[in-house]
Amino acid sequence: MTTVAMTVNGDSVSADVEPRTLLVQFLRENLLLTGTHVGCDTSQCGACVVHVNGKAVKACTMLAVQCEGAEVTTIEGLADGDALHPMQAAFQEHHGLQCGFCTPGMIMSAVDIVNRHGGAPDEATIRKQLDGNICRCTGYHNIVKAVAAGGAAMDVPAREAAE
Amino acid sequence: MYDFAFHRPASIRKAASLAADEDAKLLAGGQTLLPTMKQRLAAPEALIDLSGIEGLTGIAMKGRTLHVGAMSRHAEVAESPVVREAIPALAALAGGIGDPHVRNLGTLGGSIANNDPAADYPAACLGLGATIATNKRRIPADDFFTGMFETALQDGEIITKVLFPVPRRAGYAKFANPASRYALVGVFVSKRSRQVRVAVTGAGPGVFRATDMEEALSKRFAARSLDGVSVPAGDLNDDIHASADYRAHLVGVMAKRAVDAA
Ligand SMILES: Cc1cc2nc3c(=O)[nH]c(=O)nc-3n(C[C@H](O)[C@H](O)[C@H](O)COP(=O)(O)OP(=O)(O)OC[C@H]3O[C@@H](n4cnc5c(N)ncnc54)[C@H](O)[C@@H]3O)c2cc1C
Ligand code: FES
Ligand code: FES
Repeated sequence: MTTVAMTVNGDSVSADVEPRTLLVQFLRENLLLTGTHVGCDTSQCGACVVHVNGKAVKACTMLAVQCEGAEVTTIEGLADGDALHPMQAAFQEHHGLQCGFCTPGMIMSAVDIVNRHGGAPDEATIRKQLDGNICRCTGYHNIVKAVAAGGAAMDVPAREAAE
Repeated sequence: MYDFAFHRPASIRKAASLAADEDAKLLAGGQTLLPTMKQRLAAPEALIDLSGIEGLTGIAMKGRTLHVGAMSRHAEVAESPVVREAIPALAALAGGIGDPHVRNLGTLGGSIANNDPAADYPAACLGLGATIATNKRRIPADDFFTGMFETALQDGEIITKVLFPVPRRAGYAKFANPASRYALVGVFVSKRSRQVRVAVTGAGPGVFRATDMEEALSKRFAARSLDGVSVPAGDLNDDIHASADYRAHLVGVMAKRAVDAA
């Protein structure tokens, strides 16, 4: 067992964990933040995406101990009290989900896309940047619409595409 | 995944002494090693996390050579103004690895140490004639990639950075496997003074140079020079993803696209 300490959604947390504990396990089982999902557990689907120090990562492919001292944001950390984050609201408004299993990862990736590419990513950018998120239900069309609308609502200045 | 001891040394020297234990493994971005450990294909007794070591990061031009630290994440290389200015093909290659999440963690050193036969970076190292610097020595790319998942690295040897000579022109074209996003075939071409290099990944059991193509492009560095020049299908992979003949065909197409992009 090792002690790991990090900040999750603004709160300082620490726990004794086995080094093999994945970040996603730590979030779900130690902190009971079950919004972050495990779809594949093989680094393919993106259901587990969270932000570590502002960067989107797959929480099933990172150890909790690698996040020592890090700032982690999960889907639970996006809303401001009862007010949904603009990206969450856009997914609701544009019907960007059906079963909802992929949605936490989709939304965390979507926020990251807007942070990196600026407020109005075009459709091609959104589709390309969602490469690492798989949805079995929607056919993606409404997800792409939601990301565009959420991005426009996020009030991030437009920027030249980084990639 | 079996449990292990976790170390996060602050210096290369400390990491090297921990790595001298043959049951220990270096951990960089973890994007290959952790999935492998989950499948119990690897079960190291200790992991040595390289992310706390300052000497392994940083991207800078030194003379006409681009130095990229082993722990540089794919996304950092893709977005680096220094790389984009010096070798835009290298930035583009890094930006096409996997997906954004993999690029945020995966590293240059981890990718070439792993030497997956379908990985992108080995093509850039071989195609640019890079030199791989370790804590012990410098290894030319031509001697570094020795076979499928095999490199010239000794047990416990740590890649510290990769030195890329800046070419006059360079281009990379990849036909990605739509499921894994690894290269079904990827071709990196470069021209520096009179030397032309063509490196092929994904197609064979390991990255290799297509010498007939190099010769053809040395005469004239244009896609048309590759008309009628092919790689023998007999040496290429033949699997559920693509037949050897199809891969051989793709090498020709990707090589032309790489030259056009250069
Ligand atoms: C979904 C997915 C898609 C991917 N798609 C692609 C793709 O399209 N193209 C591609 O090229 N790759 C792809 N990858 C692989 C990715 O690029 C990995 O990041 C890379 O292969 C390994 O780098 P890493 O930093 O994660 O290394 P790790 O997984 O941490 O380590 C890999 C190996 O390298 C060793 N190692 C690490 N650093 C060093 C060092 N400095 N010195 C010596 N040995 C070291 C480790 O001990 C280990 O054996 C993909 C991965 C995933 C999960
Ligand atoms: S659960 Fe992490 S990528 Fe699928
Ligand atoms: S909404 Fe069901 S997997 Fe995406």
